[in-house]
Amino acid sequence: MAANAILTIAFRDLVKLLKDRTRLLSSFIFPFVLIALLGGMLQAGFGDRIGINLVAFTFTGVYIQTLFQSSALGVISLLEDRENDFTQELFVSPVSRYSIVFGKVLGESLVAMVQGIGIVVFGLVVGVHLGVTQIAGLVVVGLASCLVGGAFGIVILANLSSQRVANQLFPFVFLPQFFLAGVFAPIQGLPIYLEILSRASPLRYPVDLLRGMFYSGQPEYSGVVVDSVALNLVVMAGMFVVFLVAGTWLFVRNERNR
Amino acid sequence: MEPIIEVQNLVKRYRKATENAVDDVSFTVQPGELFALLGPNGAGKTTTISILTTTLSPTSGSVRVAGSDIQRDATAVRKTVGIIFQKPSLDANLTAEQNIRLHATLYGLYPFRPTYATMPAGYKRQLEELSAVLDIEREVFKPIKTFSGGMKRKIEIVRSLMHRPRVLFLDEPTIGLDPSSRRSMWEYLSKVRAETETTVFLTTHYLEEAEQAQRICIINRGRVVSYGTPEQIKGQLLENYLLLDADDRDRLLAELRERGLSPSGGPPFRVPVNGRSPHQILKSIETPLTVVRVHAPTLEDAYLAIVEGGRR
Repeated sequence: MAANAILTIAFRDLVKLLKDRTRLLSSFIFPFVLIALLGGMLQAGFGDRIGINLVAFTFTGVYIQTLFQSSALGVISLLEDRENDFTQELFVSPVSRYSIVFGKVLGESLVAMVQGIGIVVFGLVVGVHLGVTQIAGLVVVGLASCLVGGAFGIVILANLSSQRVANQLFPFVFLPQFFLAGVFAPIQGLPIYLEILSRASPLRYPVDLLRGMFYSGQPEYSGVVVDSVALNLVVMAGMFVVFLVAGTWLFVRNERNR
Repeated sequence: MEPIIEVQNLVKRYRKATENAVDDVSFTVQPGELFALLGPNGAGKTTTISILTTTLSPTSGSVRVAGSDIQRDATAVRKTVGIIFQKPSLDANLTAEQNIRLHATLYGLYPFRPTYATMPAGYKRQLEELSAVLDIEREVFKPIKTFSGGMKRKIEIVRSLMHRPRVLFLDEPTIGLDPSSRRSMWEYLSKVRAETETTVFLTTHYLEEAEQAQRICIINRGRVVSYGTPEQIKGQLLENYLLLDADDRDRLLAELRERGLSPSGGPPFRVPVNGRSPHQILKSIETPLTVVRVHAPTLEDAYLAIVEGGRR
């Protein structure tokens, strides 16, 4: 019964996205601005001096950041469901609370992956080279980032009271991670205080993991990748489990103990 | 017969609240009964029903629904109850059928399938039957966004009965519905009760709905004020009385006092019936009367008396 419930809940989110054309469109524009415009400008200004192709660099960063963030925000939209009382329908059903949450995380991950396809297309358009290892990396690490992002969303959600508050989170929770996780600029050789903040940013690990696979065997590798693939995988797996379990427990408790 | 719902000393205080929303409430519901929880806004009805359906945790007290404790066996309780919330809890982005299908797969009745066409025949049959009874066969594949309030309620009823619950909870189900939608919803519920022996637990502040119940619990400011059949409640709280007036009021008053009838108020004067029959009283009065009215209390009188009593 659990698998049934998870698929049902996940599928609902996918159906909602595919019906929501404005959301589909706006989710392609943001990455476009970051990759083509920001990436292009960074490359023109600094690329040759650093010896790294900043368009490709920005592409990998923005791809993961978008998937992570989209999953997190998608999960946080459970708050909106609660305001429309739809969560009552879910929580009054005899399905385990973890299945409900996992179903939501999976659904939003699938939604984010659909957006990821658009980003990959842009990448090709602006000239990023994508061989077989790169594509495999994009798919696998992409999905892993969605799951971690979704779980991260649950932890945040458990502590919020309304969708309006959630919408104000962006500058505090997500924007700093753009920089600390190395989305636009390499994060090697950071001063100690930034290094600590960077290691505390969940987004850092999936971004670095993708770059580890993307740049493997290439001369730029040492300039862009900071940790081993193994380390990143272990941290991501750990974060997923901890966020999902702790987040669900907190969320359910706050729902019931009003 | 063992009650299907047992509530004992239920207390609920919300976080950061200074008063109990539900304050030592106890009642039982028998299987197959139509039970009404009646009270003004803020009395604690929605809080009570949320606790009974496991979406809210109690502060103290014990609650058993269909033989399971709501805190220890919440999952078992959820399998046996259906609920129609005060606000429609449908996903407005989906069609009616998608909402019903979501419920059916969530409750493990049928396996998940991405489209209606691929669902098992059993599901399609059940959907057809329920839609036919509620007369919504043509609308069931349309988006919820296009539905009126009455239609949404009908969809919610279809949905909540799919898993054949033993208890159906309705939280102010007819609020916002026009009279014809209200009536058709009640007709349908009566039919369901007749055919399936489902217990119906209803909260309302509409007296005509509560009056149809077999038992009523009147709740005000979190406490039970009255509990029993509609007849018992009316009998306990209000007296039958006569209203009498005459051209010669002084003579009437003197006579009433002489007979020990304790007139009050008026004119016209109010005379409690107190176990005698109105006919006997009238026979015993010689003063020619200009006004004779027999007042039998309605549930509304009882209810208003309680609510006003609570306010004082």
